[in-house]
Amino acid sequence: MQYHTPSSFDDAVALAKDAQGVTRFLAGGTDVLVQLRADIVTPDVLIDIKKIAGVSDITREGEGWRIGVAVTGAEMSEHDTLGKEWPGLVEAMDLIGSTQVQGRATLTGNLCNGSPAADSVPAMVAAGVTVSVTGPNGERKVAVEDIPTAPGKTSLEAGELVTAVHVPARGKSGGDAYLRFIPRTEMDIAVVGCGVNLRLDGKKIVEARVSLGAVAPTVLLVEEAANAIIGTELDDAALDALAEAASAACNPIDDKRGTIKFRTHVAGVLAKRAAKIAYQRAEAAS
Amino acid sequence: MAFDDTKTEDFKVVGQRVKRPDGVDKVTGKAKFGADAVAPGMLFAAIVRSPHAHARIVKIDTSKAEALSGVKGIVTRADFATGLTGGDLDVLENVMAGEKALYDGHAVAAVAATSQLIARDAAKLVEVEYEVLPHVTDVDKAMAADAPVIREGAADQSVPEGMHANVVRYHESGHGDIEAGFAEADLVVEDSFKTEATHQGYIEPHACLAQLGGDNKGELWCCTQGHWNVQKLCAAMLGLETSQLRVTASEIGGGFGGKTAVFIEPVALALSRKTSRPVKLVMSRSEVFRATGPTASTSMDIKIGMKKDGTITAGQGTFRLQGGAFPGAPMEFTAMCAFAPYNLQNVKQVGYDVMANRPKQAAYRAPGSPMAAFAVESVIDELCKKLGLDPIEVRLKNASKQGTKASFGPTWDRIGLVETLEAAQSHPHYSAPLKEGQGRGISCGFWFNHGGETSVTLALSEDGTAQLSVGTPDIGGSRASMAQMAAEELGIPYENIRTTIADTATLGYNEVSHGSRVTYASGLATIKAARAAVKILCARAAAKWGIDEDAVVWENGCAKPSGPNAGEFDPLPIDKLTRSMGRTGGPIVGHFEATPEGAGVSFATHIVDAEVDKETGQTKVVRYTVVQDAGKAINPAYVEGQFQGGAAQGIGWALNEEYIYGEDGRLQNSVFLDYRIPVASDLPMIDTVIVEVPNPGHPYGVRGVGETSICPPLAAIANAVSNAAGVRLKELPMSPPRILAALEDQANNG
Repeated sequence: MQYHTPSSFDDAVALAKDAQGVTRFLAGGTDVLVQLRADIVTPDVLIDIKKIAGVSDITREGEGWRIGVAVTGAEMSEHDTLGKEWPGLVEAMDLIGSTQVQGRATLTGNLCNGSPAADSVPAMVAAGVTVSVTGPNGERKVAVEDIPTAPGKTSLEAGELVTAVHVPARGKSGGDAYLRFIPRTEMDIAVVGCGVNLRLDGKKIVEARVSLGAVAPTVLLVEEAANAIIGTELDDAALDALAEAASAACNPIDDKRGTIKFRTHVAGVLAKRAAKIAYQRAEAAS
Repeated sequence: MAFDDTKTEDFKVVGQRVKRPDGVDKVTGKAKFGADAVAPGMLFAAIVRSPHAHARIVKIDTSKAEALSGVKGIVTRADFATGLTGGDLDVLENVMAGEKALYDGHAVAAVAATSQLIARDAAKLVEVEYEVLPHVTDVDKAMAADAPVIREGAADQSVPEGMHANVVRYHESGHGDIEAGFAEADLVVEDSFKTEATHQGYIEPHACLAQLGGDNKGELWCCTQGHWNVQKLCAAMLGLETSQLRVTASEIGGGFGGKTAVFIEPVALALSRKTSRPVKLVMSRSEVFRATGPTASTSMDIKIGMKKDGTITAGQGTFRLQGGAFPGAPMEFTAMCAFAPYNLQNVKQVGYDVMANRPKQAAYRAPGSPMAAFAVESVIDELCKKLGLDPIEVRLKNASKQGTKASFGPTWDRIGLVETLEAAQSHPHYSAPLKEGQGRGISCGFWFNHGGETSVTLALSEDGTAQLSVGTPDIGGSRASMAQMAAEELGIPYENIRTTIADTATLGYNEVSHGSRVTYASGLATIKAARAAVKILCARAAAKWGIDEDAVVWENGCAKPSGPNAGEFDPLPIDKLTRSMGRTGGPIVGHFEATPEGAGVSFATHIVDAEVDKETGQTKVVRYTVVQDAGKAINPAYVEGQFQGGAAQGIGWALNEEYIYGEDGRLQNSVFLDYRIPVASDLPMIDTVIVEVPNPGHPYGVRGVGETSICPPLAAIANAVSNAAGVRLKELPMSPPRILAALEDQANNG
């Protein structure tokens, strides 16, 4: 196994482009190292991106935020302003693993691992987060929902890597929330996850994004669910329509973590609960 | 040794919450666990395991693995003893597969190499050709006519004719006329229940370091609940003389019954003999789940009749237990414990031991009893609800007590069930109001407890301190409890005693630390050994004073004349006597070897409040109280720890822990991420009440406490969840999908 510590993204791309065999980028390593030890993926080339300047910074980008690819969950939780503007996003990241894992795990790693159950991904999708991708053919900006393509698979080409995460401006009267279902209280993996991000004009919802995790091969952005609450004051009828649309969008599997029936039902329950929290947060921000 | 009435009140050290002597080493990382053992030149081993649930082993080709640089030796079944029979053959079959692999994870070969990585790589290069056979993992399916036969001829003579070959043992017990009893009842409730296998979940995986020469003389360091048992079994597996293998037990990171068997130790010894090097073997967590001994899974039918006043008129239970691909599921314990809390005139219980393509079950904390309580106490709860009766009143009305006949035969001696029920009834928890969405459940539970072969030696040092050697690995703070009992008898401070878990060369045979026997049996032996040492001390004082031995008494660490007639002498403190012991007759050592048979049974009553989210099926245990009879709590803090530990493991078993097998017969969840043991935030603070009804069979009245604590939780939680959800849950674990499905069934069917 080869281990590299490039000092720039250009060097990282060059290394990845020429790499033979299985290549993995290493940020926190909370998936890569676990998979290595469990004989799931044994990389031939490991490219550690933590030595690249700026990867651990959270910085203002206009009214929004730029989050470096090696910023950890703990750093996001401890940031003064990020969590006030995007509590759902920060809470989603904070749900992952233990205190020790929080000191290593990153948004970018959670995204590029390609798991449909990744907690931060539905929250990013709901928030409308985009990422910068660099590769042999130059740079592009991609919406988070377009990165995963199947369990363990992403739309990144060979030699491409994510170089930054862009969180949009919060703006006025907005709120977001993420909830996941696990049978325990922590140290578990989402059986269902749901992110809701919305904006109010007075009491009325004027913008919304609803996302679901662990109910399909990839995290879903569910427009029908968002449409069910846009133009409403989140009354009971709107909540029921939201739940129905969320459940209808599910295409889950039966496995050791949950059944198709259970996941489909609970997706609707979580959508309602997350929407209520996001709505309260938006009201508080009005 | 009978209960000693003179020694029940004026305890100085017993009953104190002293610090455990191993505590600081454990929290600072100095304590040496199984994987900490090292030896010069040692090799590292890895085991090749079957990926199939059931397969004939056609061929094992080790040539590619042997060719890898750093590989020093490979063993298969051919490297173990031949001609074994009965239980020894079962153990060997489980340790290393013979003609067939019997479950996913079954060991088929093992490699020793100069590094752990090389050993792992080499294990992947061992080529095993399998002929895959049909498999079965469910207990009911394994008994069905079309089930594949795990092993022909494994059944013993107890099994009725016409049963499937996978049914290997049968049990029947009870008394009275159950049909007449059911006819007397105002209400009869009959239902079926299932529980899934769970793992003890000890934090430390199995680990050992073995050294065995071509002369068949060896040393073994390992993490175990009983090293004499390891010695005996390993000697059999390898064809050694028992005394030529010395076994030393490491500190142990949990066992709960799961470390009363051998899995890797004979393999490491075989590799060491083959390579002439010390060999270290440490299991991964996945290996622990796949190839050690979880509990049995069960399928149970219960029928109970009750009068309107709460009198139980008859009880009947059928218990089918699956214990893996070998005989041994503890179905007779399940059957015997099922109705043990109740004084029934008419009772019958039947048990079946069933084989399936799963790892050989091992003991898990009161093996077999928690499942029985789940089924029986659920039906009693249902009867109470339908007849509008208070569940504690009904249990008090029917409770077993001294002089009543137990459901499995004997007549009870002094027992404390009624006292636990009364303490539960008067506990503030039982009358506390419940919130919306919450339900309360209670349950009783019973475990036999055990005595077993025990050897203890207490040697006095020249300064009047004492070295206590016991042979039961310390799985619950027992070194502290032993030192407390020795200090009590010798009349010296607790800190002046050092308790050591001695190796197999140092003491006579000691049964494993199981059956909640350690504080009872090693404790009794410690008291006896200390009294033997005191007798010698008194004799030395008598000789010095020139008086009769009987005229000397031992008080507060000093020899004294027994009264004015004995003569006027100043008390002789222990250190004065020990400093001169070389000149007055030699070293002073007390010892005791016996098989104590007065282990007192222990009963418990648990109260649980649970909250069920009816939209997601998620359960939260919001309040939990354990009330249990400890006989006499030597160290109340560790008794409470046992109470809380049993409840915590019971919460996991009841709500989320389970062995999940795929259609292919492979274990789906062999990591802690998906084998959902409770995490700290899943548990409420578990309240405890120690009831002390002395055991007539121990000088201080001690009863074992380690196992009874896991008997009531499954039932108590099931009753709480059923009351909260408004629907009876009959299958464990009560995972969220199962609770939602039960709610939906009820909505559809009324």
